[in-house]
Amino acid sequence: MQLLQQIVNGLMLGGILAFVAVAFTLTIGMLNFLNFTIPALFMIAGMVTWALSSAGPHWLGLGWHWVPAAAVGIGAAVLASLLIERFTYRYMKTRFGDATEHALPLVSSLGFLIIFEHLAVSLWSSDPQRFELPFKITTLEIGGLMFGIPHLISLTLAIVLVAILKAVLERTRLGRALRGIAENPNASSLMGIEVQRIVPLVFVIAGALSAFAGILYAVSYGTVTPFMGDAIATDAIAGMVLGGLGNIWGAIAGGLLVGLVKVLAISTFGAEIEKIPVWGLLLLILIVKPTGLFGQTQLGKGKF
Amino acid sequence: MSGYLSSLLAMLSINVVIAYAVFMPASAGLLNLGVAGFVLLGAYTAGGLSSLYELPLAPALLAGALMSGLVAFIISFAILRTRGIYMVLATFAFAEVVAGVMLNIPALGGAAGLSVMAYAGLPVVVPCAVGTVIFVAWLMRTRFGLSVRALHDDESVAHLFGVHLRMTQVVAFTVGGAIGGLGGGLLVHQFNFIDVQSTGVLFSIYVLLYVLMGGTQTVWGPLFGALFFTLVPEALRKASELDPSLKFLEGGRYMVFGIAVVLLMMFRPQGVITRTMLEQWLPRRGARRQA
Repeated sequence: MQLLQQIVNGLMLGGILAFVAVAFTLTIGMLNFLNFTIPALFMIAGMVTWALSSAGPHWLGLGWHWVPAAAVGIGAAVLASLLIERFTYRYMKTRFGDATEHALPLVSSLGFLIIFEHLAVSLWSSDPQRFELPFKITTLEIGGLMFGIPHLISLTLAIVLVAILKAVLERTRLGRALRGIAENPNASSLMGIEVQRIVPLVFVIAGALSAFAGILYAVSYGTVTPFMGDAIATDAIAGMVLGGLGNIWGAIAGGLLVGLVKVLAISTFGAEIEKIPVWGLLLLILIVKPTGLFGQTQLGKGKF
Repeated sequence: MSGYLSSLLAMLSINVVIAYAVFMPASAGLLNLGVAGFVLLGAYTAGGLSSLYELPLAPALLAGALMSGLVAFIISFAILRTRGIYMVLATFAFAEVVAGVMLNIPALGGAAGLSVMAYAGLPVVVPCAVGTVIFVAWLMRTRFGLSVRALHDDESVAHLFGVHLRMTQVVAFTVGGAIGGLGGGLLVHQFNFIDVQSTGVLFSIYVLLYVLMGGTQTVWGPLFGALFFTLVPEALRKASELDPSLKFLEGGRYMVFGIAVVLLMMFRPQGVITRTMLEQWLPRRGARRQA
């Protein structure tokens, strides 16, 4: 029972990681862009939601109901994501003709990560803030096992959203355009796909996914800080790599696996061990089989 | 010299050393987002030797640098199998593994961090920084440095012209690792303390960013980056202390750094200091003789 509960806990943590991992893998798969601002988007959504929903002397402390607060939080993260698109991907695309081959967007996104995190620090200070839970019950007991409701929502939502995303990618005109861009942006542009109008969509989706995860995280752990995204995002990156870069189902599986490995390692060997199994496994995968556990071909080819 | 100035100078020197740890692989076109791993290795090796075995400072620092260099050499073969984004991720993962290992060595303090008695101070830190700059500047003027530059500019062409790609990359990575280890040894002996928390992902990100900001085409880029990263936030903090109306600068001082990085990537992605800029500013070697 103990072990079973630990497995459930691992999958619960993995549910949130999977969400963020999908956001990462989407921008990598579509644009070959490792977007390091995702932890900041995660944080913006969590912190804005907290700030609006709790009345207090802090900035934006309006004491709103949590539903509009969360909506504004997600909106803020999506706007931030579009800002990043404007100043990293699009700018470099127009200036250098190609934003995928060099590390510039990656470096810019690290710059944005610092900007957003320190913006949050100067607005709300770097102290952890208590997030008053909008609901009373946050766990659900089934057959003696405790399930976290925010985690269950996260996992279900992640799976549903990925299923929708997958269907859109495979069935619709928009999906075909997106796959075209992933394959070759220049050729797609020649085929009449408006690359500059479709690429922001990827950022909107990635921003919304990270924002959802950020709010669910804030709700389930009850605290927010300007640096709350860092640890989650690094684990999500691990999940993304395990699943194979650009493979969206792989990201879900990888996120769950990382959550599972982490929780099981902590419960077996203690809290201090947590980094070794996850990152050791990741390093091994990167070196031995960089395409991930599920055997993908190279980036930009046949991902979806 | 006042305590404030000397601690600032010590911080600057350590930042300069660590900048060159990232510069060496970056000058060969390899992005290292895991410099914290090498810094931690060097810091714990040097700090452990000086606190547990009471080794004098100089051999402890040397051992730290050698340890990091050795580990960098061994893992470079594995990490160099990967490219591009994968390589960034691999170095990133490496740093996390090192942090994880350090957390699990109780003799080195574990999660509580390692405290050491020996103190480095300016007479050690400054010569180390100057020495590192001179060493890297010399290295980049050798035939090896030429190979590294060629690799940085165009890998395939360098390969066609007979540059041994793998060997050049391994050496650049190893030297970078050793310098990172030295930086770590200095860090732990300057502050008498090191822990995994404060030398984590953000640390690696900051170092990579200020090196790229300075530019990786010449050896002077990282120096500029380290100067900017150390002095500008500090100046902003000082300004906010002197004038209460500038209080917002206190929290936002690293935002200025972030904004500078984003703007630089847009308008001057090769970094502030470039080769052509230096050629214009400095008289070319041999030019005077011809005239």
